[in-house]
Amino acid sequence: MSVPILAAQDLTKTYGRGPDRFDALKGVSLEIGRGDSVAIVGKSGSGKSTLMHLLALLDTPGGGQVHVDGTDAKTLSGRRLNALRNTMFGFVFQQFFLNPGSSVLENVVLPLKIAGVGSRERRARGMAVLEQLELGDKARNKAGNLSGGQKQRVVIARALINSPQVLFADEPTGNLDTATGRIVEDILFDLNANHGITLITVTHDHDLAARFNRRLYIRDGLLINTDEEHAA
Amino acid sequence: MNPLEILKTAMENSFRSKLRTLLTILAIFVGAFTLTITNGLGTGISNYIDSQIAAVGSSNSFTVGRTDTGGNPASGPKKYDASTKVLAAGGRPGSTQLALGQADLDAIGAIPGITGVTPVTRLSPDFIQWNDHDKYQLSVSPLAGAQPQLAAGAALDDSAAQPQLILPSSYVAPLGFADNNQAVGQDATIGITDATGTMHPITARITGIEQSALLGGGGAFINKSLSTALADAQGTGAPAASRSVWANVTASFAPSSAAQVNDMKGKLAAAGYTAQTLDDRIGTVKTVINGIIGVLDAFAVIALVAAGFGIVNTLLMSVQERTREIGLMKAMGMGSRSVFALFSTEAAFIGFLGSAIGSAAAIGLGTAVSGALARGPLSDLEGLHILAFAPGSVAGVILLVMAIAFIAGTLPAWRAARQNPIDALRYE
Repeated sequence: MSVPILAAQDLTKTYGRGPDRFDALKGVSLEIGRGDSVAIVGKSGSGKSTLMHLLALLDTPGGGQVHVDGTDAKTLSGRRLNALRNTMFGFVFQQFFLNPGSSVLENVVLPLKIAGVGSRERRARGMAVLEQLELGDKARNKAGNLSGGQKQRVVIARALINSPQVLFADEPTGNLDTATGRIVEDILFDLNANHGITLITVTHDHDLAARFNRRLYIRDGLLINTDEEHAA
Repeated sequence: MNPLEILKTAMENSFRSKLRTLLTILAIFVGAFTLTITNGLGTGISNYIDSQIAAVGSSNSFTVGRTDTGGNPASGPKKYDASTKVLAAGGRPGSTQLALGQADLDAIGAIPGITGVTPVTRLSPDFIQWNDHDKYQLSVSPLAGAQPQLAAGAALDDSAAQPQLILPSSYVAPLGFADNNQAVGQDATIGITDATGTMHPITARITGIEQSALLGGGGAFINKSLSTALADAQGTGAPAASRSVWANVTASFAPSSAAQVNDMKGKLAAAGYTAQTLDDRIGTVKTVINGIIGVLDAFAVIALVAAGFGIVNTLLMSVQERTREIGLMKAMGMGSRSVFALFSTEAAFIGFLGSAIGSAAAIGLGTAVSGALARGPLSDLEGLHILAFAPGSVAGVILLVMAIAFIAGTLPAWRAARQNPIDALRYE
């Protein structure tokens, strides 16, 4: 069996201390294979976002280990960690996190700018990915003037620009109406199916979760086997 | 992110909140403006004093006299020494000054580094006259090597056989000349009385007209040939002994460092002579002016420090506003060092804008005001430009302000850099 692209062992995470202490994760172990599509499902406060942040190396766990492609994340130096975040992972956020004052193209090429890619190549690759998401005509528009669905497509374009191996999405359709949300979902699953990108999505939407290969249900900081709540 | 991208992004970011950036730039503007003006004042006045000092004498010479030892009145009368001669001196009536003879000249000339020794002969011409116009009293500068600031004509030629002089501009009209240019190249007659009371007329060529000066004292400058002619005329009939005794001599030396000058001064002091350079004699004026400029500079720096807090405030608000953006950039693999560089570059850029605009405004306004003053209230002091801007010191001001801005930017930049990507993304 090949090495899983992401593996977690006994992850814990605690926020605050003393009486304010809150255990967001209480020991989570999982493995995610290359090209898989995984939904992390749970209610608000269940620890699902914390789990995704730990897997994406955006946060450091209180205990346990995260292995990326077989490498313990703790052993990575700052420089290698930054390079990993830049080229291996892509992020899609519910709140978009676009810079409204800059153009769509500038927003999309931000990861390339961080990586130090020259401006001509940035432009070419930015336009290519915008064309792929049918946003080529919006390249010069201010990001703040787009509709919600367009913004989320810009965010996906930004996530894809470095051809990541893993795409993390945090409630990608949470801020969108049903029809637009459906379009964004289709784009994500198409990337997973046709481009081999591992898709990890946090959601509380059971209809969306149903479209994934695997669902990880999380409650009170622990993985549970079945969707008890849904079944009940 | 490469440094050029960081610079570009920082510049774009600083224009994102235009009003806030503008206000910060204004605060820095005030500081930079003040600092440039006080600096210009210092440069202008120092330039003027330097040129005035050059008009009094050469900077590469000492004025040497005998050191008066045991001048304490309580020590009683001094033993007579046949080798010591005294001259009547200025100051309180009856005071005397130790005189220098040929032996002293040789001793001074033997000090290493001294290239020439000339006795200072006090010349007392009676009058100057041009073409049968009225006669006017004239005094001549006794010190060799002076470089007066000329309003017209050329400098003196010490190697010329022709007697030459430079007149102060105040003599031009009384002597009957229409203007400075008419006076240059004319021959004037100087009358000098010898020891027996006989008047000797000496003809000298006017080579230049001196601007009215602060320190010059209104005397004419003469070249070596005229000086010798006047001294010979004055000394006619005088006892030989009085012609070989002088109060002071001028000892010239090759251009030297301050340490070498002090070394020579020390050797002269050990030999029993007091040597003073022009800087020694006029240095106190400069010290006072430098002190005043220093105080003004200090006020400008206080204004800049206040502006520095403005930068801290502006950037802290920026960091707060852009918390999510910083988090996003870090999530996308931007290193802490790049984030730090981004924000501190932005601070330095704001500092650069403020100081460049402030300095430019100060130079523009200062040049205009200085020109108006030179034509108006300060027109009596020819050659004085109260504000002068040296490129080096203006660049220094800009760099200083940028450094202050950079230091002010480090706190916000550090706060931005240490943010955890996920804390920044979660920030509402």
